[in-house]
Amino acid sequence: MAEITAPAYRVIPIIPALKPGAMEGSGPYVSGEKMNEALGFPGKLVDDWHDKAIAKMGDLLGKYRSLKVYMDSCVHCGACSDKCHYFIGTQDPKNMPVARQDLMRSVYRRYFTLPGKLFPKLVGARDLTREVLDEWHNYYHQCSECRRCSVFCPYGIDTAEVTMAARDILDSVGYGQKYDIEIIGKVHKIGNNLGLPAPALIDTMEGLEEDVKEATGIDVRFPIDIKGAEVLLITPSADFFAEPHIDSLIGYAKVFHATGTSWTLSSMSSEAANFGMFIGNYEQLRKVALRIRQAALELGVKRIVVGECGHAWRVAYSFWNTLSGVGEGADPDDKFAQMLQQQLDHRYRQPTHICEFTWDMIERGALSLDKEANDKHIITFHDSCNVARGSSMGGYPGGQFDIPRNIIKSVANHFHEMDPSTTHEKTFCCGGGGGLLTDDLMDLRVKGALPRMEVLKQVSDEHGVNFMAVICAICKTQFSKVMPIYGFDRRMVGGVHQLVSNAIRLGEK
Amino acid sequence: MSTLFAILFYFVTLVFVVGTFYRIGVYTRTPAPLKIPTTPAPMNTGGVVLRMMREVFLFESLFKANLWTWGLGWLFHVSLALVLLRHLRYFTDPVWPWVAFVQPFGTYAGITMLAGVAGLWARRIFVERIRYISTPSDHLMLALFMAIAISGLTMSFFVHTDVIAVKGFMLGLMHFDLQALPSSIGLYVHLSLVALLMMIFPISKLLHAPGLFFSPGRNQVDNPREKRHIAAWAKRMESEN
Repeated sequence: MAEITAPAYRVIPIIPALKPGAMEGSGPYVSGEKMNEALGFPGKLVDDWHDKAIAKMGDLLGKYRSLKVYMDSCVHCGACSDKCHYFIGTQDPKNMPVARQDLMRSVYRRYFTLPGKLFPKLVGARDLTREVLDEWHNYYHQCSECRRCSVFCPYGIDTAEVTMAARDILDSVGYGQKYDIEIIGKVHKIGNNLGLPAPALIDTMEGLEEDVKEATGIDVRFPIDIKGAEVLLITPSADFFAEPHIDSLIGYAKVFHATGTSWTLSSMSSEAANFGMFIGNYEQLRKVALRIRQAALELGVKRIVVGECGHAWRVAYSFWNTLSGVGEGADPDDKFAQMLQQQLDHRYRQPTHICEFTWDMIERGALSLDKEANDKHIITFHDSCNVARGSSMGGYPGGQFDIPRNIIKSVANHFHEMDPSTTHEKTFCCGGGGGLLTDDLMDLRVKGALPRMEVLKQVSDEHGVNFMAVICAICKTQFSKVMPIYGFDRRMVGGVHQLVSNAIRLGEK
Repeated sequence: MSTLFAILFYFVTLVFVVGTFYRIGVYTRTPAPLKIPTTPAPMNTGGVVLRMMREVFLFESLFKANLWTWGLGWLFHVSLALVLLRHLRYFTDPVWPWVAFVQPFGTYAGITMLAGVAGLWARRIFVERIRYISTPSDHLMLALFMAIAISGLTMSFFVHTDVIAVKGFMLGLMHFDLQALPSSIGLYVHLSLVALLMMIFPISKLLHAPGLFFSPGRNQVDNPREKRHIAAWAKRMESEN
């Protein structure tokens, strides 16, 4: 692969001119036979893919109101056309959200609407040809399902829903994406995305206990598989060994230690991420989520707390109650959900984000914090897309923006916001979300990071910002990989609980 | 000619009503298996009603997206609404007082509607990104609205038609008592184009009007942790294992 360089910053962030075909051949690797079959998908592209794909599309149109309404409602107004980070970074017109949707909408019109059947050219309808299928594989893997376009759409059309449907169709004909399919396979087999088996996990946690003891002199535990613990921590497996993720894991453990909370990890269910969402497959999404239900039931925990991870928090907050019953408010005759909900302690929100947990403890004065410990950091906060636009915190709209910022301001003295057109609900994806965090898409990832890098450069120049806090494992990995290409130090990115970890004073309360 | 238009209008009304209700029926029956409101979203029904009203009446999301598109789009839709309300005078006898009140605004709204359509069309032609995503039908739709507006305005301001007789014809249609339609080319054109618009409504992008009300991204309450939300087809999986 040629060396990947960063696109130039736009001096004034004007909307880029179109470069048709710029990203035509930039799709990801196709998933292999064994991986596909392990998930119950056809090993390779089936002979009757055309009929199967159209049938699958019909099936999804009947199961998802979102897809049906979104296929019909678009008026091509163009509100979304300049909102996607991949469009801004690549200038490929097919990366405009509306054009990405139209890759499928054109096929929908041809096979499912009267005008498309009668006058295809007039309404932009197309047959599903092999070229179209390849185009789907290419461009539906240049969408990170970040939902930024849906904020601006007058009908709330969410390209993520269309991308998910497209990927589900591709998988069903044996034409999926290697990275996502491979990872889901590992979760089913071993329990986490990394394929880290239980003995290795236990070993790593013991090592962490020693490290923290050495650094602080305090016995902070990293317990695994403790029956009867109060809290089950479900966190992205990158937290167990990747940098800078691990520093946040240490932060969670210190918060639990300082507040006297009994907690545990599960070696069987050691993954918060759920790539089932990325491929839009309900069965896979559900199957991955059920591991957490099983762990909660087996360990008899009262609370489930989720670590720093963007899409995982969307799945946990928005989907877990539906998929696995982790939540409350199930009907009395809903045995499946009641079985778990009767066990959980409903004085707390189920599931709880680690930031909700920590902020609650800070508000109660349960933590002793030394803000000066973070004085070397001049901090900004990057809202992770799935947290910002697919979830909430604290039980009120917008809590997902306030709570992480409140924590940062409680543990550090220097904080500056980035340009408001790129934060809160208008935040940009890091460029590696939605199942695209793979080396074969590195060119796309670097280009997709452009809008965030531009405004980071601004605050870094104007306020000397030298630390960008995030609450997402994908953001952490993506930024530490692409930031050096933009001339930043890779250690500029880190978790909110990394800052908590720096500031927390153990053994004082 | 009167009979021809009478048949045409009975037919297109049927297509419009049945077609639109059929679509709404499909949207209603299709389940939304997951909670997917674009957050931050209201956490109770009252909040969702307010959010929807802001979208329907103010085009809130479009306002965030692009001021030009918002301005032109809002101008067009508000004008269209006033024009439609004004036209109620041809279907009511006596004319409701509030329709009489709207009448003068409705007449001039025809002009602002034309301006809105023209602006939106200019955007579609001159902005590279929008031109790229436009299909022939997108242009024709604007042409249709423009032609309807021009033919209507022509009758209002230049070549007047016998509106009393038009009203007689419409009321006659409603009471299945056929009356003569004044013979006027402008009127024939205007009515034919409106009939065409009604006919394509349920099979075109005009479905964005009912579609908005069914968009899960906008109409769902953000309370997934507090209340279990599950579709029937998904619930069946729980009894399978």
